[in-house]
Amino acid sequence: MPITTVLDTKIRRISILNEHGDFDAELGEGLIPDDDQVRLYEHLVVCRQYDEVAFKLQRSGRMGTYPQNKGQEATSLGAAYALRRDDWMVTCYRENAGLFWHGLPMEHILLSWMGDERGNRIPEGVYCTPLAVPIGTQMLHAAGLAWAAKYRGEDRIACTFFGDGATSEGDFHEAANFSANLDLPVIFVCQNNSWAISVPTKIQCSAPTLAQRGIAYGMECVQVDGNDIFAMVKATAEAADRARRESRPTFIEAVTYRLGDHTTADDARRYRDQDEVDAWMKRDPMIRFRRHLEDRRLWDSQKQADIQKRAEKEVAAVVKRAEEIAAPHARDMFDHMFAELPEELRVQRDTMRTSSIGQDPAQIEDAVEVTNP
Amino acid sequence: MSNLTLVQAINLALAQEMEADDRIILLGEDIGLNGGVFRVTEGLQKRFGPERVVDSPLAESGIIGTSIGLAMAGLRPIPEIQFEGFMGPAYDQICSHAARMRTRSRGAFTIPMTIRVPVGGGIHAPELHSDSPEAIYAHTPGLKIVMPSSPYDAKGLLISAIRDPDPVIFFEPKRIYRAFREEVPEDEFTVPIGKARVVTEGDEITLISWGATVVQCMNAIEKSHRSIELIDLRTIYPIDMPAIVSSVKKTGRVVIVHEASKTCGLGAEIAARITEQCFLHLEAPIQRVTGYDTIMPYYKLELEYLPESNRIGTALEEVAAY
Repeated sequence: MPITTVLDTKIRRISILNEHGDFDAELGEGLIPDDDQVRLYEHLVVCRQYDEVAFKLQRSGRMGTYPQNKGQEATSLGAAYALRRDDWMVTCYRENAGLFWHGLPMEHILLSWMGDERGNRIPEGVYCTPLAVPIGTQMLHAAGLAWAAKYRGEDRIACTFFGDGATSEGDFHEAANFSANLDLPVIFVCQNNSWAISVPTKIQCSAPTLAQRGIAYGMECVQVDGNDIFAMVKATAEAADRARRESRPTFIEAVTYRLGDHTTADDARRYRDQDEVDAWMKRDPMIRFRRHLEDRRLWDSQKQADIQKRAEKEVAAVVKRAEEIAAPHARDMFDHMFAELPEELRVQRDTMRTSSIGQDPAQIEDAVEVTNP
Repeated sequence: MSNLTLVQAINLALAQEMEADDRIILLGEDIGLNGGVFRVTEGLQKRFGPERVVDSPLAESGIIGTSIGLAMAGLRPIPEIQFEGFMGPAYDQICSHAARMRTRSRGAFTIPMTIRVPVGGGIHAPELHSDSPEAIYAHTPGLKIVMPSSPYDAKGLLISAIRDPDPVIFFEPKRIYRAFREEVPEDEFTVPIGKARVVTEGDEITLISWGATVVQCMNAIEKSHRSIELIDLRTIYPIDMPAIVSSVKKTGRVVIVHEASKTCGLGAEIAARITEQCFLHLEAPIQRVTGYDTIMPYYKLELEYLPESNRIGTALEEVAAY
């Protein structure tokens, strides 16, 4: 018998507004209404300001470790724009722009990095999940959330975000496999920002694209210029449509770049060349987007000055709100362990002791009076 | 009342809870068409359909991770991990997420999930089909751990676990899945999580165990002429210390029996708490009869490893004579 080809496939790549400001009108015209384009750009300015202020808060000792979003904001924002407000956004920790667009109040992210779990107390009616620190693990939760929607006959979908490094984790592969095999309405958005801390993407994957990882699981996959908000909106809208109509998952590889360090605890100069960073600086999603808006007479330098001023004011107010939230009470660490506190935990909470003599005033004559701060 | 095995009692509890609450979804490897490798879920897919009894891909982290998502959306998943030895791949999802989600989100998200896991040795199974990892999970804050030793308790505890608003690991001692039958009410009932059971009353020695070794303890008591109070812990976390303390204050002598290895086993925790709470009542050092600090051997040696009635009997005599 002859040798035959059983699979021959191609990976599409979507680019609408490239780094030089060239706009593919055929693909991009009508994709985002003009006033929304302006709103999205303004949102990016506010988020960039937020990112810079957050960095400074860490440097001045007012906040703990923080992962900068700079350079890859268009990825999560474009995806969030294409989602419905009641779709799940299941993120890791570098998707501020998308989360804020989706409805998460901006002080929440600061509060989390300020070391306060209340930042993760997602308000009622906001469909996102807490920051997921263990890499790649949250994609399975997205699959489960999408599964629950399907089970209940809702047309809500789930969109999950992760980095290039996360595609090396087993949980990514299990989430992709579950989603494809169980026909779950999930969108996988891989933010390929070239670096997993100090490890370049080529060490995560020796194939020419990450997008093709989707093929192995029988799902649609596409590569997108992640710094092109139009391309992100188009790819996500297509994927959302597929998820909603056919209950099928999609893998989107969004090629972007982390212009900052991994976190404020990292120094990227140790492992990557400045030339590479400089080249990507020119591909900053905001530069091309602004030029595009100016070309269309939707934007000018006065508007830029106005939004910059407004961004500074808004972010300052957010910082104020976050810093004004009173420190948590010591007992808070106990109160959400279980719906109902087991006796052992109740005693630890009420005495703030684990030493049993100290817990039981009857065992010592001069029991120390214990008060919580 | 029906005369049921432990397997039948669990199957009945699952069916009745599924009937009453359509938020419940079962998922796991081979649990649907095949009814599970131990037949615990026999007939449930036929009765409730493939949407509610789901043959999942072979991926333990995936089973628990998707269950977490289902639970975050307000459903009540009951994932099965086929054998306790396969919990390793799911450890991250259980401990990094299921156990932490409520506190991480300060109550915005909860994980009302019951993870069913056959546990323990004694059935001539291959490697990693016979272990006892309960202490690993008891050491993880945020989880409740349950292990019944009888059909009656299995049904009542499983119903409590399913209705519990937090993640519960429900360990099923496979050695006694079909070892004996017991009268179990047909109607639904609950056995509270966190409450031990006094199996036999006595005033000379307190014998504490859980799971399949409770049966070995009963055998040891039958062979002994002493008055022994056997406490079946039933819940590993939270531990029912009041039940233990009231018994130890009466007897002053304690033997703890578990299949898991000795070092950092749950016996260590119980012994520490007894010294904290009944130090002056003790008449002898607390004794532990446990698996050795070895790898659980392949089955030709498993009966040498597992605590059985003679080893327990020896410890009872030693602690009585001290």
